[in-house]
Amino acid sequence: MEKEAKDSSSRRKFIRKFGLGLGSVAVAGSAAVAAGTSGSDGSGEKVTLLSADGQLVEVDRASIRVARKETREQIKKSHLGIPGRKFVMVIDLAKCKNARKCVDACQEGHMLPRDHEWIKIQLLQDSELTARYWFPKPCYHCDSPLCVSVCPVGATYKREDGIVLVDNKRCIGCKFCMTACPYSARVFNWKDPEVDMPKDHVYDPELNVPPVEGTVGKCVFCADRLRINELPRCVRACPMGVIYFGDVNEDAVTNGVETLRFSSLMVERHGYRHMEELGTMPTVYYLPPVDRMYPVEIGFEDLDESISDRYKPQGSKKSAKPKK
Amino acid sequence: MNRNKREELLRDLTPEIEKTSKSWYLVFAGLLVVFIIGIYGLIQQVDKGHIVTGMRDNVVWGVYIVNFIFFMGLSYAGALVSGTLHLFKTSWRAPVIRLAELITVISLAIGPFFIFFCVGRLERIPYILAFPRIQSPIVWDVIAILTDVFGAAIFLYVSFIEDFAILRDSENLQTAPWKKKMFRILSLGYTGTPKQKKILTFSRNVMAAMIIAIAIIVYSVLAWIFGVTLQPGWHSTIFGPYFVIAAVFSGVGLLIILMAIFRKIYSLEKYITKKHFVNLGIVLFVIAAFFGYFTFSDYLTKWYGSVKMDKILIDKLFTEFRTYFIFANYIGILTPIIIIAIPRLRTIRNITIAAVIALVALWVNRYIIIVPTLETPFLPIQDTRHDWLFYSPTWVEWSLTAAGVAVFGMLFMIISKLAPIVSISELEEAEEKNDV
Repeated sequence: MEKEAKDSSSRRKFIRKFGLGLGSVAVAGSAAVAAGTSGSDGSGEKVTLLSADGQLVEVDRASIRVARKETREQIKKSHLGIPGRKFVMVIDLAKCKNARKCVDACQEGHMLPRDHEWIKIQLLQDSELTARYWFPKPCYHCDSPLCVSVCPVGATYKREDGIVLVDNKRCIGCKFCMTACPYSARVFNWKDPEVDMPKDHVYDPELNVPPVEGTVGKCVFCADRLRINELPRCVRACPMGVIYFGDVNEDAVTNGVETLRFSSLMVERHGYRHMEELGTMPTVYYLPPVDRMYPVEIGFEDLDESISDRYKPQGSKKSAKPKK
Repeated sequence: MNRNKREELLRDLTPEIEKTSKSWYLVFAGLLVVFIIGIYGLIQQVDKGHIVTGMRDNVVWGVYIVNFIFFMGLSYAGALVSGTLHLFKTSWRAPVIRLAELITVISLAIGPFFIFFCVGRLERIPYILAFPRIQSPIVWDVIAILTDVFGAAIFLYVSFIEDFAILRDSENLQTAPWKKKMFRILSLGYTGTPKQKKILTFSRNVMAAMIIAIAIIVYSVLAWIFGVTLQPGWHSTIFGPYFVIAAVFSGVGLLIILMAIFRKIYSLEKYITKKHFVNLGIVLFVIAAFFGYFTFSDYLTKWYGSVKMDKILIDKLFTEFRTYFIFANYIGILTPIIIIAIPRLRTIRNITIAAVIALVALWVNRYIIIVPTLETPFLPIQDTRHDWLFYSPTWVEWSLTAAGVAVFGMLFMIISKLAPIVSISELEEAEEKNDV
């Protein structure tokens, strides 16, 4: 960490020293190049590069330095969000059959251990005589997020594109956000998750990998995928096309197969937000489970026993104990 | 000043500073063992992670937070009681006020550690000071507790200065030279001149008034950590005053218990008399009535209106937590009321028993405020391992809890060897008044 900080400051010094308006140019995805045009102390050999604004520029080879991604820069970037965007998720409860592919994709993509799911599939029944339905529950990325308000150190934050992230290098693990969240969207790393990361892996809150013991984790709307114009993992993984993802500003959401107008979807299918009365203003909308494609029982088929166990009546503390 | 009177006071109150008995060392060693077991538990927790506790994703706060609220409550109660006794110049306060002041400071030294135990990454605690966000109630609490630490320490110290001067000037005191030196330094050259007396009285009055205000604010802030969340059972407007009353309830209970212990062990029967037990018993009676009233109105409104989540919570309290509920909110409140209300029952022993029940019941009351709420989130707990559903504290949590109590005892024992546990100057003043 200390070393990275040093690297970062020397790079910034480098840019400042040459007083460049050019700044850095992105080449080949992750690697960025900072280049100077002064040439006074260069080797004289010129290289042609494509700048961020699409222009070909000639720079002195001697002043090219490959910039490594750095944790500090990544965290800074993760605070800013993607300009002009306001992300939204729509979950069509009529189509969900607890296939759990979204859960698996999320676990895999974020290297999460078992029992540490960022997306949970609830089996809800609003009252005794109403129907049961499957209810996928990611983080709602609320527009008035209590978790962000109560965080004492600013480890969890709301960005301009609507995403709420957790910086697990800042999180102290007080768990106040977990008690403040009315949707139980957050999970705690109770032990070292022991995931092997590639040596050159750089921590980025947008992916939030690897999980750190003693800190809080939660769904990040796959902010890293959104950065490269990809859909979140759960959206891609769902075989039923249950989860739609999009942008309110563009008024469009897609499940990867069909792209729909968000506003008409809300009108035609009577979209709603879960527990609107709490005033947290989620950015995840639900479409009610009407005209269902499958009976709810299908959700129990092909489930691992340890998973189907989770939907059995909880009982009381006493009846749960012998299972330990 | 009556010289003989002072000699007599010193003879009665200072032997514990002069020599230490074998049983003191034995008890201290016992507490030390408990403390070391707690440290071992803490090492386990830091090494293996919070997985060694009973806390899981739903019940993220457990016994640690209960202990935190409990010890902080004792501290604020000590402050409120000693501040009030001092400010209103209560005639019988002299032998007990120092115990209340010590409760304030010692509990305050222990309470925050339980928050630290609850934090996932201990080494990042300084981040709260480095990157504070003022909208977080935890930051309010940090500011409040830091204020309280300084306030309570100053309040305790100014109340000690006169005694340090007396001990410094006492020629008959047989004690280690370093203790004498300590008395000389800590008495700040106080000799009792009218000017010094005036300054000291003024400081003590100001600090007493301030400590009352700080205690109320600080404990309300602590209550708001729960009140500001939307959780059923916590999201209550009554929580600030309810917590303050609860704190005083436990603090008065503890004061009575300590009075009984020190009276017996340090042979203070002459100074701490039945009158003190009865008077504090009456305080306990009044507070118990208030506390019962607050508890009742909080649960009544939740139960009668029966909003879905409140109903689930109340059902849980009345079934799964029934035993705890009955003990904390019926037995714990009614026992002190009944014992004090009937004059025939008002013996030192009975009042002490009532105080013990009140103290334990209040701890249980805190427990059933914290845990059942966390077990009833808005969205039913599902898609989670069965054995992660419910909370039951593990040995690590209990060992650290025991360690907290042990440290409380050890600190009290150490301080009782460094300075008189009953204020000599207060007693002198009280007796002078009686003589006149």
